[in-house]
Amino acid sequence: MSAPSRPVSLVIGALGGQGGGVVVDWMTRVAAASGWLIQATSVPGVAQRTGATIYYLEMFPESALPADGRRPIMALMPSPGDVDVVVASEWVEAGRMIQRGLVTPDRTTLIASTHRSYTVAEKSHPGDGRADPAAIRQEAEQAARRLVALDMDALATRNGAIISAVILGCIAGGSGLPFALEAYRQAIRDNGIAVEANLRAFDAALKFLEVGTAASNAGEAAGASDAAPIPSALVERLEHEFPESSWPVLRLGVARLIDYQDARHAALYLDRLAPLAVTTGQGGEQLLEATARGLALWMSFEDTIRVAELKTRPERLAEVMRPASARPGSVVELTDFLRPRIEEICGTLPAGLGLWMRGSPTWRKLIGRWTGGRKIRTSTISGYLFLRSLAGLKRWRRFTLRYREENQVIEEWLQAISAKAGSHPALALELANCQRLVRGYGDTHERGMVRFRQIMAGAISAADPVAWVAEQRTQALAEVPSP
Amino acid sequence: MAERSFAKEVQSLRLGAGETFEGEAILAVTKALLQAGVGYVGGYQGAPVSHLMDVLADASDILDELGVSFESSASEATAAAMLATSINYPIRGAVTWKSTVGTNVASDALANLASAGVTGGAMIVVGEDYGEGASIMQERTHAFAMKSQIWLLDPRTDLPTMVRMVEQGFDLSEASHTPVMFMMRIRACHMYGRFDTRDNRRPAFSAADALAKPERTYDRIILPPSTYLQEQEKINERWPAAVRYIQEHRLNEVFGPAECEVGLVVQGGLYNTVMRGLERLGLADIYGETRIPVYVLNVTYPLIPDELEAFAAGKKALLVIEEGQPEFLEQAIGSQLAASGHAVRVIGKGPLPRAGEYTGAVVLEGLRKFLSEYAPDRLRPTREIVVPLRPSTRLAANVPPRPSGLCTGCPERPLFASLNLLQREMGALHVSADIGCHSFATLPPFNLGASIMGYGLGSAGAAALNHVEGRRAISLMGDGGFWHNGLTSGIGNAVYNKHDGVTIIVDNGYSAATGGQFIPSSRGEMSGRDLKHPIEKAVRGVGVEWVRRIGTYDMKESMNVLREALTTPFRGPKVVIAEGECQLNRQRRTAGPLRQREQSGGRVVKQRFGVDETVCTGDHSCIRLSGCPSLTLKPSSDPLRPEPVAHVDETCVGCGVCGEVAHAAILCPSFHRVDTVVNPGWWERWLSVLRRRVIGWLAGLPRESVA
Repeated sequence: MSAPSRPVSLVIGALGGQGGGVVVDWMTRVAAASGWLIQATSVPGVAQRTGATIYYLEMFPESALPADGRRPIMALMPSPGDVDVVVASEWVEAGRMIQRGLVTPDRTTLIASTHRSYTVAEKSHPGDGRADPAAIRQEAEQAARRLVALDMDALATRNGAIISAVILGCIAGGSGLPFALEAYRQAIRDNGIAVEANLRAFDAALKFLEVGTAASNAGEAAGASDAAPIPSALVERLEHEFPESSWPVLRLGVARLIDYQDARHAALYLDRLAPLAVTTGQGGEQLLEATARGLALWMSFEDTIRVAELKTRPERLAEVMRPASARPGSVVELTDFLRPRIEEICGTLPAGLGLWMRGSPTWRKLIGRWTGGRKIRTSTISGYLFLRSLAGLKRWRRFTLRYREENQVIEEWLQAISAKAGSHPALALELANCQRLVRGYGDTHERGMVRFRQIMAGAISAADPVAWVAEQRTQALAEVPSP
Repeated sequence: MAERSFAKEVQSLRLGAGETFEGEAILAVTKALLQAGVGYVGGYQGAPVSHLMDVLADASDILDELGVSFESSASEATAAAMLATSINYPIRGAVTWKSTVGTNVASDALANLASAGVTGGAMIVVGEDYGEGASIMQERTHAFAMKSQIWLLDPRTDLPTMVRMVEQGFDLSEASHTPVMFMMRIRACHMYGRFDTRDNRRPAFSAADALAKPERTYDRIILPPSTYLQEQEKINERWPAAVRYIQEHRLNEVFGPAECEVGLVVQGGLYNTVMRGLERLGLADIYGETRIPVYVLNVTYPLIPDELEAFAAGKKALLVIEEGQPEFLEQAIGSQLAASGHAVRVIGKGPLPRAGEYTGAVVLEGLRKFLSEYAPDRLRPTREIVVPLRPSTRLAANVPPRPSGLCTGCPERPLFASLNLLQREMGALHVSADIGCHSFATLPPFNLGASIMGYGLGSAGAAALNHVEGRRAISLMGDGGFWHNGLTSGIGNAVYNKHDGVTIIVDNGYSAATGGQFIPSSRGEMSGRDLKHPIEKAVRGVGVEWVRRIGTYDMKESMNVLREALTTPFRGPKVVIAEGECQLNRQRRTAGPLRQREQSGGRVVKQRFGVDETVCTGDHSCIRLSGCPSLTLKPSSDPLRPEPVAHVDETCVGCGVCGEVAHAAILCPSFHRVDTVVNPGWWERWLSVLRRRVIGWLAGLPRESVA
């Protein structure tokens, strides 16, 4: 960068608590040490309580000052079309900077972290309310003169520092500002807070920018990691009876149900899907896939037995009992938070007994003593054994009340789908997708079930049933119980 | 004991003649007060001037050395009343607060101060909370200046100018026997810059001098007939004196050529923005050399007629660049110039928007519009201004808003979750909200609160709903607001008027939203302040009989107490004091000692919550109840279930709310807590090894993961 004729402007778009103020402190030290004038401003106050906030810096080399002692007038806020460098410490914040017009193709270098810190709006959505990172990337590529995208959060975490040190590294290595790297390092040292970790993260960011600024949107950690081997008989059946396009989802389903119960359960799964395998043609395969997906989830409904089993899995224990804060010699304890209701307890009992007890006020009162918030200390022998014995009830699951009740609804659902599969495949597909309503635990599950039944019943009388079901389902999925 | 410590920075307050100060404007203004020989300071914290109070608190040594007394006032009214000392004695006093909210509170005292007039300089440093980052309704302090005739300084945002204006502001105040307001905009407060310092001045006249020789003049008392005389004096003596001083000492500035058909009249605080606009239009350089004349009002009230007329002479049109509304300056300038027979057009709102912050883009556009109409020949941009790409609607759909919210581990989160669960049980309730961190409860996911009437006014805000049989209203009040005025305006009022509703006082131990300053009920220690006055004692003291205390993290108990408050047959105000230390302050208070203890081999337990991904079904009910920043989403690794699952990230402070919410709301069994005991005792370690071995053997874990 040759000596600028106007102040160089730098915007840092960050979240409250990310240490943006520290970056400003470092930058003022860097500029001062390099013989540059600097003016930094920020928007203080409640914006810093986890909200989006902006820091703005303007810098000018003292060597370029006129001899008569005049100083450049620096702006207090960034203006669209007047910004050289924008650092966004989070991906949606990068989008926000573009939205505010602060990133322009003639001059702005945009350095953005690809990691996401989800907003309350995104998190609260009962399904998937996340912003589309690709939309922001597309816009960023168009809007910026140069885009540097990297996962700053991962770099910071890996180096045991907060993200601000990575931001500084990005400014040093990616902004084109002419300050010596040593000036940045010295600023970190002079500031005196978490010097070692910050220097590490700073250098890691520099190195990352040197090695290649390939965008590092953490690769989708997809994959069926729980791919237990499927018995050959089932594989054979699957490949004989079903169209090839449905194999991937069927394999997932079969594997899931073997894991959930046993091979017999998985065979039942294929039995139930078999009628749909023959309705090929337009929409047929789509219907089969949707039903297979939903059925696999439904047939592996989350009862107390399943929860206890998942909680006592060796992989789970091994993973959870190794927190980042553990050191050699430290002791780790695990507590699970359960809250069984009468329904859950009765659901685990043999169907007849469970039904009777659930209906009996005396028993309800007695069982009631067992309900309520329970903290199970799974890392103790007694806690573990309790959950383990609960999980051991798996072999009697088929006799439980919950199993019977869930399977009744499953059968009704499958019948409704089959009934329409031939005559009205589009409606059948909509009905198949309604399985998504039935999920969660306790109240959430009950509410979902009510909505499911309403939609299944209403579909018969609706004027345009396909549109109606689709609309009702979307609505129900986005529905947030009040308050 | 505030959130941010200025212990290191305040050392720059000791700088003397020939040295250079470097730092934030807030600190620079404090330094300027000391250079001006201020005798006493006070104020109430609130953005953007919270840090001014924090700086003063951290600078108590320096203030003591200089003989300057400092109070953390109970409210802005208290702070304003403190300036009474300057009515009778030649002592300079300064107070500060957030405006216009603080000025509203202070108005009674301010109006009386302005009427009585001052002997010693009196300055009010107001943080004008307007525009981006503001947390209050959008109004102007200018109106207060006009109604009480208090001079309003709005200096250019450049540290040397600001420092000079503080010093000259006191001179102006004394020359005109009138208090002055020194206005700082949000961004100016945190502007980093430098200026050449002068020696601090000890106040010439001290409080001890005043007490030794008390003075009393009847014509300074706010009672008729003095008040009539005071009004005459304001108009006939103080105002002309102020105009004379401002003119003689050239507090306002004119830049640019003498001859031009147009000119700009600019509030000092907008000068930098305007100059950048002119520079971008090719009409000025970056050093302020402008081809369009600019009249900078470092004093925006009163106006100086001679200066105005001289500036308007020979011009076709003036653009008044004045942020906010109503457009007092534009109107005053227009009528003044019209009255003196000028043909000049006075333009303002029109090319510039009537409402909203004057950002760089807004001012640039306003200048362009004005010049293209009144001086099109001059508008020849030397540089092309790139208009940013119009962001697509697709981008808009993918950039969700990110308002402020409660911090990770905040003790108020479980309180609001409890209230929401109670509403599920009892139906919707009327909630009167208040100012403070708890204001964030009005946002998703809590959506609690129907109105906010002002600091400490949550209880008063539900007064009209407190005389009805049956359902009861809930009022919220923070401990900050409680001590500010809520004890009398809310609780005392409720007792006297026999209210039947419920007031929840959030007792987090600090004035948390403004930066964690201490208040009378704080549990800490601070020299020079008397703390640990329980809220319960005060509440009972004004006559409340039904008082309960809850720990907010215990949601079950909280819900029980709140349910009781809403349903008890007891008639009269019910006060629930919801205790839970502000997590930000707690972390700051305990982090250091804990680290020390851990390093020296002491037993330390670290707790963190987690979600079992395989158990979570991705409906996010937990998030909607808690809204904790550390409770977030993670992509699902289950290919059959695409919805993202809940996830507790590494910022979790183990406050326990996740478990409480899971229990109280009958949520899902996905939550677990991991306790890491660092430096455990030998028995604990032995037991842990035993448990791990047995469980490992039972679970079929490989041996190395058991060890």
